[in-house]
Amino acid sequence: MNERVAPTRTASFEARLQKRYAAERRFKAVGLGAILFSVAVLLFLLATMTFNGIGGFQRVEMDVPIDFTQAGIAADPTMMTQSGAANSLQAQGLSEVVSFYASQALGDEAAAEIGPDAWRDVAAAIIADPSILRETVTFSLPTSADLASGYSGEGSAEMQTLAQKLADEGKLAKNFDPGFLGRSDATNPQQVGIWGALKGSMLTMLVTLLMAFPIGVLAALYLEEYAPRNRWTDLIEVSINNLAAVPSIIFGLLGLAVFLTIFPSYRSAPLIGGLTLALMTMPVIVISGRNAIKAVPPSIRDGALAIGASPVQVVFHHVLPLALPGILTGTIIGMARALGETAPLLMIGMRAFVSTPPDGLTSPATVLPVQIFLWSDEIDRGFVERTSAAIIVLLLFLLVMNGLAIYLRNKFEKKW
Amino acid sequence: MSPTILLLLALGLGLAGWLAARARAWTFRRASPDGRISSLPTYHAWYVALWVTLPVLAFITLWSAISPGLIIQSVLADPAAAELPAFGFQRDALLNEARNVATGAAPAVFNPKATALIQPYRDAISFYGGIGIAATLVIAFLAGAWAFLRLKPDFAARSKVERIVMTILLCASLVAILTTLGILASLVFETVRFFGMVSPIDFLFGTHWGPDPMARAAAVDGSRYGAIPLFWGTIFIGAIIAMIVAIPLGLMSAIYLTQYADPRLRAWIKPALEILAGVPTVVYGYFAALTIAPAIRDLALAMGVSNPSSESALAAGLVMGVMIIPFVSSMADDSIAAVPQAMRDGSLAMGATTSETIRRVLVPAALPGIVAGVMLAISRAIGETMIVVMAASTAANLTANPLEAMTTVTVQIVAMLTGEGSFDHPATLSAFALGFVLFMVTLGLNFVALRVVKRFREAYE
Repeated sequence: MNERVAPTRTASFEARLQKRYAAERRFKAVGLGAILFSVAVLLFLLATMTFNGIGGFQRVEMDVPIDFTQAGIAADPTMMTQSGAANSLQAQGLSEVVSFYASQALGDEAAAEIGPDAWRDVAAAIIADPSILRETVTFSLPTSADLASGYSGEGSAEMQTLAQKLADEGKLAKNFDPGFLGRSDATNPQQVGIWGALKGSMLTMLVTLLMAFPIGVLAALYLEEYAPRNRWTDLIEVSINNLAAVPSIIFGLLGLAVFLTIFPSYRSAPLIGGLTLALMTMPVIVISGRNAIKAVPPSIRDGALAIGASPVQVVFHHVLPLALPGILTGTIIGMARALGETAPLLMIGMRAFVSTPPDGLTSPATVLPVQIFLWSDEIDRGFVERTSAAIIVLLLFLLVMNGLAIYLRNKFEKKW
Repeated sequence: MSPTILLLLALGLGLAGWLAARARAWTFRRASPDGRISSLPTYHAWYVALWVTLPVLAFITLWSAISPGLIIQSVLADPAAAELPAFGFQRDALLNEARNVATGAAPAVFNPKATALIQPYRDAISFYGGIGIAATLVIAFLAGAWAFLRLKPDFAARSKVERIVMTILLCASLVAILTTLGILASLVFETVRFFGMVSPIDFLFGTHWGPDPMARAAAVDGSRYGAIPLFWGTIFIGAIIAMIVAIPLGLMSAIYLTQYADPRLRAWIKPALEILAGVPTVVYGYFAALTIAPAIRDLALAMGVSNPSSESALAAGLVMGVMIIPFVSSMADDSIAAVPQAMRDGSLAMGATTSETIRRVLVPAALPGIVAGVMLAISRAIGETMIVVMAASTAANLTANPLEAMTTVTVQIVAMLTGEGSFDHPATLSAFALGFVLFMVTLGLNFVALRVVKRFREAYE
């Protein structure tokens, strides 16, 4: 009776167990593989953009010394402060002066490949500091797109030999191009910059923030603190949740059909873009705002009510300040999403070629993602690098915004 | 007059009202025998400031909407406008040019015909700008004076202010409903116009998509508006290829992260996956068009496919799937975490291995949540625009070959609305009909998914 039954681990049992353990290991490996794949794709994406984009911050330039004392260009100080300053310099024959000195320094063949807009760089330098008109200044001027692609070993054979010859003479080099951050769109990839798009993005984001943040926070306060439980409140909640998941292009259609009908003359202006994106961002702010408000403990409200504050005072003096860090985190995340959004802005016409930075909320503008989209459509090879460079700038911006959101979340995270 | 200036004017007037009212309330307070008045001076100040600012803001919104029309009216009434073409594109271009010069946005006109219009434009702009400012001032003064005169030591400013604040709060939350209604109204309105020209039967069941934006609007060929290839392309790219990538990868990532991963690894991997979700879609689109599509084309060539398309459904779908991974993963993560620990422990205690527990217990228990997450992911994928605009093509193809070029609903919306067609052409209006279908489908998916999530969350409590 007392005999203990030895555990029987038959051979088939062992085999089954081994099989199950093997399945376990396989399953775990598949899981790890899935994660590694996702991370690898992310790294590959970032590496591709960085690799392509580094070149986008550079451009192929030739050094041209210009002797302004001989050039006969006059800079009237009052004229130089006005918007048409570059045009007045052009009218004085600045571009001829530039091509004359380019021929002197580089020879006719190479001078023909100075970019058609290169004089703008010279004009900008004169406008910034008219005193250079009394001296000889050496400018690094952008070459034409053809010569630039010749320099990187593409394009036509004669351009490649020309580029090779000039590079051997030390007259042609690929330099860091600080102007990429300061110029606007152009037709020549050598001459483009992203400042116009960046400024457009900032103005658009400003409108979005000014519209979406107050409306979102106030709506969240109402729904969380005051709204009676009834059908209307349910309807509001359902529409907010649904709006948060509506495809962004639908908001573009809304902006097109409503805002552009009301304000037809503000087509492709940051104002309309910002309004459209605000409607898209508002639900995100409401949802995160409600969570932040919900996290404020009831004892704070009760305490304030108990010493005689009115319900409005309770919320605006106590609940809102305590919930604000959480609301801000949600707002920044919503704004980051709006910053990367392209489709709705295409719908309302922010895809035009805009070669001057917008100077107000109602002037035609483009934004960074749309600029990326427009450049990605260009046939010229030079735009590939520029597009990737613009993507790097956009991603850095998003990184800063998300970093700020994480910092705020960590700094103000509270356990009640 | 630019809205920015009017806006600053409104805020400035509001501030003036605020300061004046507060000073007034302080005089009450000093004059009152016990140093008390029924509301704090700040509330008096806010009362007047709100009464000044809100009517002015309402007026500004209205005025910015109607004044451009009035300006154009008065420019057209000018004798110089008599030489303009009767209507159409050229006229708008001329008017635009003149306006840009008049407002200082452009230095000079290209088209000499517009020169004569500059001066009438300048006059009209300054005339209506003056009216706008004058009306703003009058409204601000009247409303402010009315509010200011009501201030008394025993005036219940606080309750008045709070009532206004509550109204503002209610209005803010109504914006969501207004937006939804606005979307529905604008889509339905334009869709009905479209269906007045093309029969809904042709649109929903036709198999040939080839609108011609240049054709005369009167002679519409309904058989060119069959949207089945678009619906198929959307489903094939967004719901089939993208999901084949996203569901296994997302689900397995979630399982590994919740069940196997070391907390330190989890702390690094989760944000990395979130970055994947935060990359703008235009970047994915560029990545797909620049890197993935050529790679797939080369691969297809190497495998002996003759003449593969450089814009394939596969490239767009794969990249879209990668974009969706973090979304599926976090939804699956939530629903697996919601399964009670007791169920997991019970299975492990019976001798099941971890993977058997996951496959036989956790995933089936979390299935409603996972399915809901997948539905939301599909809804996001079919509404995604930029990846398909950049990596898929505009050629409508009814085929099951992922290497072929295919087009989607969103691509066609962009193509139809950024083309040259006029706004009352069926090709342009078809974009709204497509948008309407897209809206209804995503709405349905979201609605069902949110319902399922809600019910599922309560199941184990």
